[in-house]
Amino acid sequence: MNVLKGRSARAWAGFAGAAVVLFAIAPLALSDFRLGLLAKYLCTAMVAVGICLAWGRGGLLTLGQGVFFGLGGYAMAMHLKIADAGPGNLPDFMQLYGTATELPWWWKPFENPLFALAATVLLPMAVAALLGLFIFRRRVKGAYFAILSQALAAALAIWLVGQQATTGGTNGLTDIQGFFGYSLDDPVNQRLVYFVIAAALLLLMAIARQLINSRYGELLVAVRDSEERVRFLGYDPANVKLVAYVVAAGMAGLAGALFVPAVGIISPALIGIVPSIEFVIGAAVGGRASLVGAVLGAVAVAWAKTALSEEFPAAWTYFQGLLFIVALAFLPGGLASLAVLVRRRRKASPAQQTAAVPLGEAA
Amino acid sequence: MTVILGQTFTGISIGAVLLLIALGLSLTFGQMNVINMAHGEFIMAGAYTTYVLQKSISSAGISLLVALPVAFLVSGVLGALLEWLLIRRLYLRPLDTLLVTWGVSLMLQQLARDIFGAPNVQTRAPDWLTGNIEIIGGDDPLTFANSRLFILGLAVAAVVALSLTLRLTPLGRRIRAVVQNRDLAEVSGISTSTVDRTAFFLGSGLAGVAGVALTLVGPIGPTMGTNVIIDAFLVIVVGGIGQLKGTVIVAFVLGVLQSVLEYSTTVSVAKVLVLVAIVAFLQWRPQGLYTLRTRSLV
Amino acid sequence: MSELEIRGLRVTFDGFTAVDGVDLDVAPGDLRFLIGPNGAGKTTLVDAVTGLVKAEGSAKFGGAELLGRPVHRIARSGIGRTFQTATVFEELTVLQNLDIAAGAGRSMWTMLRRRKDVPEAVAQAMETVGLTDLADSPAGTLAHGQKQWLEIGMLLVQDVKLLLLDEPVAGMSHDERQATGELLQRISEERTVVVIEHDMDFMRSFARSVSVLHAGKVLSEGTVAQVQADPKVQEVYLGHVEDTAVVQEA
Repeated sequence: MNVLKGRSARAWAGFAGAAVVLFAIAPLALSDFRLGLLAKYLCTAMVAVGICLAWGRGGLLTLGQGVFFGLGGYAMAMHLKIADAGPGNLPDFMQLYGTATELPWWWKPFENPLFALAATVLLPMAVAALLGLFIFRRRVKGAYFAILSQALAAALAIWLVGQQATTGGTNGLTDIQGFFGYSLDDPVNQRLVYFVIAAALLLLMAIARQLINSRYGELLVAVRDSEERVRFLGYDPANVKLVAYVVAAGMAGLAGALFVPAVGIISPALIGIVPSIEFVIGAAVGGRASLVGAVLGAVAVAWAKTALSEEFPAAWTYFQGLLFIVALAFLPGGLASLAVLVRRRRKASPAQQTAAVPLGEAA
Repeated sequence: MTVILGQTFTGISIGAVLLLIALGLSLTFGQMNVINMAHGEFIMAGAYTTYVLQKSISSAGISLLVALPVAFLVSGVLGALLEWLLIRRLYLRPLDTLLVTWGVSLMLQQLARDIFGAPNVQTRAPDWLTGNIEIIGGDDPLTFANSRLFILGLAVAAVVALSLTLRLTPLGRRIRAVVQNRDLAEVSGISTSTVDRTAFFLGSGLAGVAGVALTLVGPIGPTMGTNVIIDAFLVIVVGGIGQLKGTVIVAFVLGVLQSVLEYSTTVSVAKVLVLVAIVAFLQWRPQGLYTLRTRSLV
Repeated sequence: MSELEIRGLRVTFDGFTAVDGVDLDVAPGDLRFLIGPNGAGKTTLVDAVTGLVKAEGSAKFGGAELLGRPVHRIARSGIGRTFQTATVFEELTVLQNLDIAAGAGRSMWTMLRRRKDVPEAVAQAMETVGLTDLADSPAGTLAHGQKQWLEIGMLLVQDVKLLLLDEPVAGMSHDERQATGELLQRISEERTVVVIEHDMDFMRSFARSVSVLHAGKVLSEGTVAQVQADPKVQEVYLGHVEDTAVVQEA
């Protein structure tokens, strides 16, 4: 039991350290512009937290997290667009393309800020629950699940592009000015958004950590490694997977919702197949089964993308491709597995192997 | 009446393209259980092969016919190379294979962008493929483009060739043996690694042929593979693995479904509805249309 | 305690009939061995009872029909099984494996919290199968025989009323077999145990009753002595001497 206490103390220290970095050091050390970028990366990291749970622990390769990110993002952006337009007015893009003289019926509920806020998390969770129920109950798994989730991302992006008049089409919802009464042009308010995002990330990490260390977390790993065996113990693996999938969807939704005020835009290009798979690569590079690894990996990959892709777009694409190959073919535990190796080496007694980082392939 | 027939014909020609694209996958994914996301880029390689050949051979007809075997070879060699370099290390980790080959796919797309430029290019169709065949004459005519007919013929020929290869040749027997029981095949003296590589060569080669066909119906560009690969995988998922007939039937059914839904709604709504139909279908047949039954636990 | 009652059970795979109208009664507290040549339908019978394959006919346990119910529901009604190749969660520790097996009835609230201490039943099961010292070792690092014991331990904490064991002593040493057999005898005092086994010595030492399956049908049933004296059984086994040899070595 001392092992547990030790781990718990380390986790508290880790959280405290992360809080100091996010809330004190980063805002002091970084310019407003850089801090805004960091806010964007942290949103990616929030998605990675969910991926770590669903894929790393549950073996569910969710290639469609963009869908939930997008649902959260659009839910938030719709409310902000309505609020920007002011009472009685249509959002700017509707006046441009649309023939409509009033809000479409499915926009109306988003006028209410509480409804919109709840929807950013609950809507992705509901969609995931519905889809997961159909997919997991019929034991569609492994690659089939991955392909279906990817097809969902493609379908949503295509559908959004097709509905130009009500969703802004390819452009998406752009040029968002205010955030619940605060102007997003004001750097002070941008910092506020950054703090909200940093706090949300820490909260999601705490939730994920609790889930991973709970009995449910152990069961989830069991389902990943041998779904059929779990069935014979009296559990329905469909429900176990569903929880992880739905929680991951909610996390992606929240990330999408906070991405909107941080960046000022949500569009189909941010949620289709390519961004969906980019969410996964960060977690894979850092270590899919390790919460800290997945978060740091996501931030690092997002940072590398900004740093490289602006000046050398071609080089970035090659680099990204190479990252996929090296991380997954040769280092499937991600960078986190290197850290575990180093820690093991340092330990005097290698006999006790309690810190096995589980890493399974459930297909 | 003509509308229904017309949509069916459009659906069949969409289905023929789907079939050609998915056929190679039915070998690599369906038989070998390898999810190769770079399959789309092998299609792209076939298309660019056609483009390059047309630059050097002035006759569009001859260059198209020459492109078929050459594209098969080019994509086939790319596939065998990929198998040898990466995939063979990952046979026990199918989901990791998916992501690794996605990385390969990104790099191949960028390579195409660097060589041929980001904008799409086009090939000229030969004269004998530019016309239409009139199926119903009169005031309300129903026509079928020659190029679509050519693709349909190519798809049928490819299916026949592949199924004969699998059924009648020693290579085909070895592939089926490896699919059904890898360990037993190995101890029976079959070199499974050679069989894997050959099967991968064939499947990727078929992608090259599909690429040639795609030049007849659309532009050639670095992202053309990404645009079709998901649909192709869905065909295999719904058709069931390890069975060619599932792939064939589902390709045409999805083609017609897409075409009819597009007619009654819009292209984007049709895409969503097709996906809903697929998820609904999997409720009924979670393993796909046809499946090999085994009594093993996993 | 409840009784397993199978009537007219049939399982077909694409036209091949693996189990062809089996009637079988196993009384509470019995330690029943299912024997028979390869392909006799022993494992398929267990698969059908536990819901892994579809079957016609009827299989009741404690009066409740099992056929047609999903696997996890059958498991929850008190029926547990093991597999020919020991199937444990290799990435999880012995303790975690047993804790999961013990927990199918846990509430949502319990599931979402961390395991604070070792549940009484789990500690007892570890003691019974002799894995207490290895509680924190990943199950993947266990020796073959230890994995099979872990599986039996998982059935114990699952608190099933009916245990279906598929070749539990395959690959075990003589001493390990002896220990396993004694364990099964103890377990069967409070539960119903059905064992599929190829090892005839093991069967002779520990079976309370035996059913011989052949070509999907029950060929003979009774005590070890009765079955061994049955001319039909001798025909099946002695008619194929080489089979018997293989069977005894297995």
